[in-house]
Amino acid sequence: MTAVEFKHISKQFKNSAYPALNDVSVSIEEGEFVTILGSSGCGKTTMIKMINRLYESDSGDIFLFGRNIRDEDPVQLRRRIGYVIQQVGLFPHMTVAANIAIIPKILKWDKARIKDETDRMLRLVQLDPDEFRDRYPAQLSGGQQQRIGLARALISSPRIMLLDEPFGAIDAINREMLQNELKAIHESSKRTYLFVTHDIREALKLGTKVIIMNEGRILQYATPNEIVENPADDFVRNLLSTAELKGGA
Amino acid sequence: MIEEIIAYFQKSGGDYLSLLWGHIYISLISVAVAMVIAIPLGILVYRSKITSMIAERGFGLLRIVPSLAVLIILIPIMGTGVLPSVTALTILAIPPILINTVQAFRNLPPAMLEAANGMGMSPVQSFFKVKLPLAFPLMFAGIRTAAIEVIASATLASYIGAGGLGDLIFTGLSLLRYSLLIIGGGSVALLSLLTGLLLDSIYKRLTRYQRASK
Repeated sequence: MTAVEFKHISKQFKNSAYPALNDVSVSIEEGEFVTILGSSGCGKTTMIKMINRLYESDSGDIFLFGRNIRDEDPVQLRRRIGYVIQQVGLFPHMTVAANIAIIPKILKWDKARIKDETDRMLRLVQLDPDEFRDRYPAQLSGGQQQRIGLARALISSPRIMLLDEPFGAIDAINREMLQNELKAIHESSKRTYLFVTHDIREALKLGTKVIIMNEGRILQYATPNEIVENPADDFVRNLLSTAELKGGA
Repeated sequence: MIEEIIAYFQKSGGDYLSLLWGHIYISLISVAVAMVIAIPLGILVYRSKITSMIAERGFGLLRIVPSLAVLIILIPIMGTGVLPSVTALTILAIPPILINTVQAFRNLPPAMLEAANGMGMSPVQSFFKVKLPLAFPLMFAGIRTAAIEVIASATLASYIGAGGLGDLIFTGLSLLRYSLLIIGGGSVALLSLLTGLLLDSIYKRLTRYQRASK
């Protein structure tokens, strides 16, 4: 099944000289872990923020599991989409457990289920529930905060996760660990992940497929191996050579 | 002098308590009314730079007029007593609460708002669950400033017959009884100080989450 389909999506921001997205069409199958790679300003963040309607397109349509997102209430739509951002955005006045349970509470799950699922999520992101449940975000390291950010997005088992450079501000060692854990979580869930990054190694390591973008266009959408072996054009070739990945990832 | 002070409390302890209560009462009402006006107004205007500026400057100007002048201007309109005093003190208390409310809401961290929005909170949910709690510390600081200013200025309310600890000071001045001046002035100072400490401890309790100790 197709999870996300972009049909001729264009978007121009008012204060920008060129379009953030220029007639983008792409179809993403359910269960893929798609990394979206590009330099800043290439439109990669714009692309995922359109799926949960934080941005609206100027023209074109986006279908999520076959339904045009324009026909849905944005608030309801977002509750079915996991969303993780680089700055994490945990609410400092709420405990870890309260942060994770925000959407379940809004959806009026019963208390026992919220507690069970919160603990399960904490274990899923490798944090001991008894130790972390009642902490405040100020008492967590950057890596731990982003783990909570993931748990918060995963708790309602969304069919699709949007991740906007989630590990961009995390040190190399923790980032490596988080990447491995996220990959494992994806593999066990078989949900669809869209993961924005400007780190080519991260993109090739995590993605079952990679979208390479430049100046609002998709240059290549293929598996990591295909990209390394058959770069679509000079831009992609250059990108690979900067990471010294040519000839094998 | 000390004997005079002791004698005053022995003879007029009940009067003292009612003056003290009068002072607290006028101050409480004024701060409460100021909050009811300034907080919703701040929330209403903060989204636009222009409206926030108009509201802040407007009430800022009112604050420049000395409270005593406001009190006297209000006499022909409202007469004497508690009502004009509370009005003057409310005008004094609005600007710090209003300015801090506007600033608090204007400076909410964008990442938190994006997270709230992106996870699917409705505007009402994000207001009560995220914006208001995050704006609260700065708003509270404004309320604290206002409360202390009001307690100090409420002394003047006696001037137009609203009671309070100012009565002791004005009586002391006219009779040249220094013991009354000390009791009145000392009580106002102590009341401000205690209010400050009380509000500080409430503030610390409510913002405990900001400190990284376990």
